[in-house]
Amino acid sequence: MTAGPVLALRGVSKRFGAVQALTAIELEVNAGEVLALVGDNGAGKSTLVKAIAGVHQPDDGVIEWQGSPVTVHRPQDAQQLGVATVYQDLALCDNLDVVGNLFLGRELKRFGVLDEVAMEKRSRALLDTLSIRIPSVRIPIASLSGGQRQVVAIARSLIGSPKVVLLDEPTAALGVEQTAQVLDLVERLRDSGLAVLLISHNMADVMAVADRVAVLRLGRNNGVFARRSTTQEEIISAITGATDNAVTRRQARGTEGSA
Amino acid sequence: MIDDPNAPLQESRQEDGSPRQRLPEESMPIGGVNAPVPVAAEATPAVDPRLIVRQEGVKGYLGEFRRRLSSGELGSLPVILALIVIWAVFGSMNSSFLSAQNISNLSQQIVGTGLIAIGVVFVLLLGEIDLSVGSVSGLCAAIFAVLEVTHGVNQWVALACALVSGAGVGLVQGFFFARVGVPAFVVTLAGNLGWNGLMLQILGASGTVNLSGRDIVSRLYSTVYGQQIAAYGLATAGVALFLGASLVDCGRRRAAGVPYRPVTDIALRTVLLAAVAYAAAYTLNQYKGLPLALVVLLAFIVVLDFVLRRTGYGRQVFALGGNIEGARRAGINVARIRITVFMICSTMAAIGGLFLAAQIQSASQTSGGGNLLMNAIAAAVIGGTSLFGGRGSTWSALLGALVIGSIQSGMNIEGLSNAIQFMITGAVLLAAVVIDSLARRTQKAAGRV
Repeated sequence: MTAGPVLALRGVSKRFGAVQALTAIELEVNAGEVLALVGDNGAGKSTLVKAIAGVHQPDDGVIEWQGSPVTVHRPQDAQQLGVATVYQDLALCDNLDVVGNLFLGRELKRFGVLDEVAMEKRSRALLDTLSIRIPSVRIPIASLSGGQRQVVAIARSLIGSPKVVLLDEPTAALGVEQTAQVLDLVERLRDSGLAVLLISHNMADVMAVADRVAVLRLGRNNGVFARRSTTQEEIISAITGATDNAVTRRQARGTEGSA
Repeated sequence: MIDDPNAPLQESRQEDGSPRQRLPEESMPIGGVNAPVPVAAEATPAVDPRLIVRQEGVKGYLGEFRRRLSSGELGSLPVILALIVIWAVFGSMNSSFLSAQNISNLSQQIVGTGLIAIGVVFVLLLGEIDLSVGSVSGLCAAIFAVLEVTHGVNQWVALACALVSGAGVGLVQGFFFARVGVPAFVVTLAGNLGWNGLMLQILGASGTVNLSGRDIVSRLYSTVYGQQIAAYGLATAGVALFLGASLVDCGRRRAAGVPYRPVTDIALRTVLLAAVAYAAAYTLNQYKGLPLALVVLLAFIVVLDFVLRRTGYGRQVFALGGNIEGARRAGINVARIRITVFMICSTMAAIGGLFLAAQIQSASQTSGGGNLLMNAIAAAVIGGTSLFGGRGSTWSALLGALVIGSIQSGMNIEGLSNAIQFMITGAVLLAAVVIDSLARRTQKAAGRV
């Protein structure tokens, strides 16, 4: 495995009409780490995720995959690179069972016919390795709790053996125990060598699992913090913009002067 | 309620000989409704201990059955009960209803509606509706009759033309629905009128084209295999196919180490199927024998059921009925599935229309009119396919068509007027939709959709 970041954004900008949603974003995601992406509403978190996932194309800047620049036109392109995205609304089919959802769109086939046995076997193996506890892989998604649906959605993103997993607000709609389950799963993903980009509003979750925390503010980078050497207050002040001090003023003046 | 928190620690020390750090899970309280289930870091099965596991044997079967009833997973149970009640009522009113002759005739009469209803099942699985199936069935019957009888075209060519026209209609309607984005309800309502007009145009001034009675469509409908072996052979083949498929599946599952159906379960299902199949075969043999039309209907049901449940295409149809956005994100070509489903529906309508034309030996201006559309949709819904999408099976077309056919046949024997027939059929359809809605509500409450 190369030492460099598996996924890097270099000066990515995105504009929607009159709104500059992202301005010269720099971001590096390394294998085996959880990078949390935090920011206030409208800070550009979701836009950034969509740019990586191929839903939006950046107007400017480069996305680097394992050191080489790539273009991502469609969500399928990102999936083929090895970027798996779990959207906030999960996009599971309630009427299908767990196996059907895990393999939706990439069913295993045998003589052109669905190979239910192989899919069920692989589903159980996958859920076992992630220590996900689901009553049965043959019950419809509708009978699962919110947390179980979330872990199924995350597990689904792993079917294609991705290198980077984007999780958009995975704990937003969950209770305490279910959030704990999902955070456990995030740690297991990291321990298995995946790069995890975790978008969250919840500072407690971020501080619990993240290795580094990248802060977005008004579509710009507002610092990347190592979680161990940072307090929650510092991050919150970066989110809200309360970091206005002599150092940042001088930096800002420096960039204006050079421009 | 709270176990000694040191207990698991001591155990682990005995196992590997050295103290290990206590996992956070081990200090959590045990018991209580929402208590987290303690999980050792090693050897974690993907089974939740809170799960209600089905017991083995007949007792487990009954328990499962009761649980399913209370959670609203009725499946085809209401329709089977309804069928038993209908047959009991009409049978007690007039003994000729349950005669071999009437049952045999019924098995032929339901074929046209049943075939159309199979197509409707596909559209309903998407959560959409096709209101044009009646007109399309009339149109395709007219195309076949005019080509074959009036213009003397080869019967196979005429048959192919009729089927291709059916598929073409589906392509057009599917295009407007899936690509242009017009609601399916409106597209097919317009189609209902438009295709009916086209049929009148094709039939021309005379308005009625009589079939020769020797063409392929008439023969498909009227052929009856009189040999005893035909009906019993088909029943045997069906039971053997079911048993073989179940055993092969069971064997593969056992080999792969995933849960499999117990042998008693398979035996019970096979016996039930065999009882129904041989009873039907015996009844048919009491009269003329096995009608080819019934074989065609069963063949379509079995093949399309396989397509829906065992192929990637069928899985995509169900996925679309469950969550369109989810299906799209999973890389499913939503427009393609929608268009092909409408094509399947229209093609089945065409096939059903041909059988209906063969039944009355003509294609006329009234073909595909009347209550055919209502009956076909009602058959699919009565049989247990949900109007809300994502739930259903092609077998519901057979069950629903049997219910509707039985009601009509029984009331004809009793000499009831059309007025009464329409009212009763309408009430049965309403009852079916009410059951569907109630089941859906109960399922939501029980956490199932």
